[in-house]
Amino acid sequence: MLGGDGKRLKGFDVKVENVSRAFGDFKALDDVSIEIKRGEFFSLLGPSGCGKTTLLRIIAGFDNPDSGSVLLDGKNILHLPPEKRPVNTVFQSYALFPHLSTYENIAFPLRLKKIGEKELDAKVQEYLHLVQLEGHETKKPSMLSGGQRQRVAIARALINEPNVLLLDEPLSALDAKLRQNLLVELDHLHDQIGVTFIYVTHDQSEALSVSDRIAVMNHGKVLQIGEPFEIYENPATDFVARFIGETNLFPAVVRKCVPLHDYFLTTLYIEELESEILVTDYDNLPVGQHVSFTVRPEKMKITTDKPTHVSKDINLFRGIIEEPIYSGFQSKYYVLLDNGTIMKVIQQHANYMDEGPEIEWKEQVYVSWSAEDGYIVEVVDS
Amino acid sequence: MSKKRPKLKPTTLVELPKETVGVYRPPRQQVFRDHRRFGFSNIVLVLVILFLFMPLFVVITYSFNASKGMRWTGFSLQWYYKLFFESRQLWRAFLNSFIIAITSSVVATILGSLAAIGIKWYRFKSRSYIQVISFLPMVLPEVIIGISMLIFFSAVKIPLGMFSIFVAHTTFNLPFVLLLVSARLDEFDFSIIEAARDLGATERQSLTKVVIPSIAPALLSSMLMAITMSLEDFVITFFVAGPGSTTLPLYVYSMIRYGVSPVVNALSLVLVLGIMVIALTFRRFLKTIAASS
Repeated sequence: MLGGDGKRLKGFDVKVENVSRAFGDFKALDDVSIEIKRGEFFSLLGPSGCGKTTLLRIIAGFDNPDSGSVLLDGKNILHLPPEKRPVNTVFQSYALFPHLSTYENIAFPLRLKKIGEKELDAKVQEYLHLVQLEGHETKKPSMLSGGQRQRVAIARALINEPNVLLLDEPLSALDAKLRQNLLVELDHLHDQIGVTFIYVTHDQSEALSVSDRIAVMNHGKVLQIGEPFEIYENPATDFVARFIGETNLFPAVVRKCVPLHDYFLTTLYIEELESEILVTDYDNLPVGQHVSFTVRPEKMKITTDKPTHVSKDINLFRGIIEEPIYSGFQSKYYVLLDNGTIMKVIQQHANYMDEGPEIEWKEQVYVSWSAEDGYIVEVVDS
Repeated sequence: MSKKRPKLKPTTLVELPKETVGVYRPPRQQVFRDHRRFGFSNIVLVLVILFLFMPLFVVITYSFNASKGMRWTGFSLQWYYKLFFESRQLWRAFLNSFIIAITSSVVATILGSLAAIGIKWYRFKSRSYIQVISFLPMVLPEVIIGISMLIFFSAVKIPLGMFSIFVAHTTFNLPFVLLLVSARLDEFDFSIIEAARDLGATERQSLTKVVIPSIAPALLSSMLMAITMSLEDFVITFFVAGPGSTTLPLYVYSMIRYGVSPVVNALSLVLVLGIMVIALTFRRFLKTIAASS
C-alpha cells in the first residue's frame, strides 16, 4: 500500500510515571503509569471521557499534569513547550491549515526551520510519495477527500522526523470501509519508518488489529496493559471483558477446586444460571470465594439436537432462541435459558452445510462450552 | 418447533435486457419558472432597478451638460475640467476623507478582530454583556452617536478636527468588524493552533502564520466595509468635524447649499467608476481567498 523508500527514523521509548490530572472535581487521569517501548505501536483504548486524550495532550505538551512526569528517551519533557518536543500529533479533525495547499501544509514545519528551497522540495516530495499524494500538491484541504486529508495530516506530522507520533482517533471521521484500508496503511507505515506510535481510540477492533500492545483505560485509570491477544482472552477486570468484544459475564462463587495437570479444574456456582459450571484456572481459589466468570459468545456451541456424547468438562444448557441475528459470515443468537437468563452465542458459518443459519426464532437449542473456554476474570473481595 | 427450510441451490443468473443496464440518472428537477415576458415579477424587477439607478443616470447625464441647471444645452466636459483643475478645496476634502477612511478602518479592524477573538476564545464573566454593548452603536440613530461624541470630545477637551473624526469613525466601525470576524471565528477549528505549535511554531508564529491567514478573508472584507462606511458617513462627521477637517461628504453638502453645482455631478461619475474598479478587483481577490478556505 504505502510503497516507497521511506527511511527508518529513530523511535523513543516513552515513560509515563504517576501522572494525575484533574479538571475541577473530575479526575481525568488518576495516577497513571505506562511504559511504552521504542518503536512500539501502542494504543490507548477506552470509552470517551476515560482520560486517553488527556494523556495524549500531556505527552504532546498541550496540557500539563498536576503531578507525575513524562520521560522521553529517559529525559523529562514536561517543562518543554509543544514546539520543542520530539513528538508530533495527527489530530482527530486533521487540523489542516485551510489557507495552505497540500504541498504547503506538508512543508509548514520545514518553512519554520528556514530550510533551503531545494532541500525542502526534495523532502516534501519524499513524504508526498510516502503517503501517495503525488498529483494533489496544489489542492487546498477543502478540495481533498477525508482519506486524503488524513494522509496530509500524517505526512505533515512525520516530515519533522519525530521520535514519537501521537494519533488522536485519526480514523473516527471516516467511513468503515476506508477506515479498514487506512488502518492497514498505518500499520505498514509504522513498520516502514520505525517511529513509536501512540494511538488513541475508542474502537476496540481498531486497537486489537494494529497494536503491539494496548492499555485499556476507564475513569482515568489504566485497567490493563497487554498484547491484543492477552487483553481479549485474559481480561483483567469485568470492564475490560465487557469493553473488548462481546461476552457473557456472571458473578459466581467457588464450590470446588481440583488440581489437574498444571492447573485447577474449578467448580463455580452461578446464581443467575441456578447451576454449577466447570472452568479451568491457574490459581487454587478457596471455597466460598466470590469471583466473576466470563465466556466469549464465539467460544460457545449451539445445536438443535441434544449432544449425545458429552465429555465431563463440558457445560451444557438448554434454552430457546430469543433473537437470531444473521449477518452473513456469522449469526448471533440471544438464547433464553430455561432459568430465564439470556446468553449471547455467536456461530461462524464456515461451511454452507453447517447448522446455524436456519435456526429460527423460538426454536429449542442446546448451548455448550468446554471448561477451558471459560475464564475467571476477577477475584471479588467480599 | 418450527419447520426446517430446505437448502436452496443458488439460482442461475439471468442476463438483463440491454436497455435496463446503464447508469441511473435521476430525472431533472422541475423548477417552476414564470416565462411570460411581462409577468408580474419581471415588471417589479424593472421598476426596482429603475428606482435604484435612475437618479444616478440623471446625475451622470447632467455632468456632461454644457450649462448649469436642468436644461440640456449640449455636450461639454467643462465640469470635469473644473473638477480636476479648479477644485483644490474639493480634493483637499477628498484627501481628508481618504486619510480618515484608511486609518480608522485599519484601527477598527485590528481592535474589532482582537475583540472578537477575546469574546469568542476566552471565557469571562462579562462576556455576554460586552458582546451586547458592542453592538449598540450599530442600532443607535447616528444623530445620537454624533451628539454624544460631540459632548464627549468637549468634556475631555479633545479639539474637534481630523483626530476627533478618526476616533468617531473607528468607534462606529468597530461593531461591524466585530460581527464579521465573530462569524468567521464560529467556524474556526481551534486544533489548527495546536497543530501549528506541535509542528514547531512558537506562539507568535502560530498567530502570524496560521490564525491571521486563515481569518484573512473576514479581516479584509470587514476592512473594506469600514472604509466604505467611513467614506460615506455624513451625520456623525458633521457633529465632530472642526475647522480644516472637512471631509468629502461635508464639502459636497456645503457646495449644494448654494445650488447644485454640476461639478458634483462630475464627481459622482468619477467616484462611481473608481469604486467599481476597486470592487471588481477585490471581488476577484476575495474569491481566490474564499476558495482557499
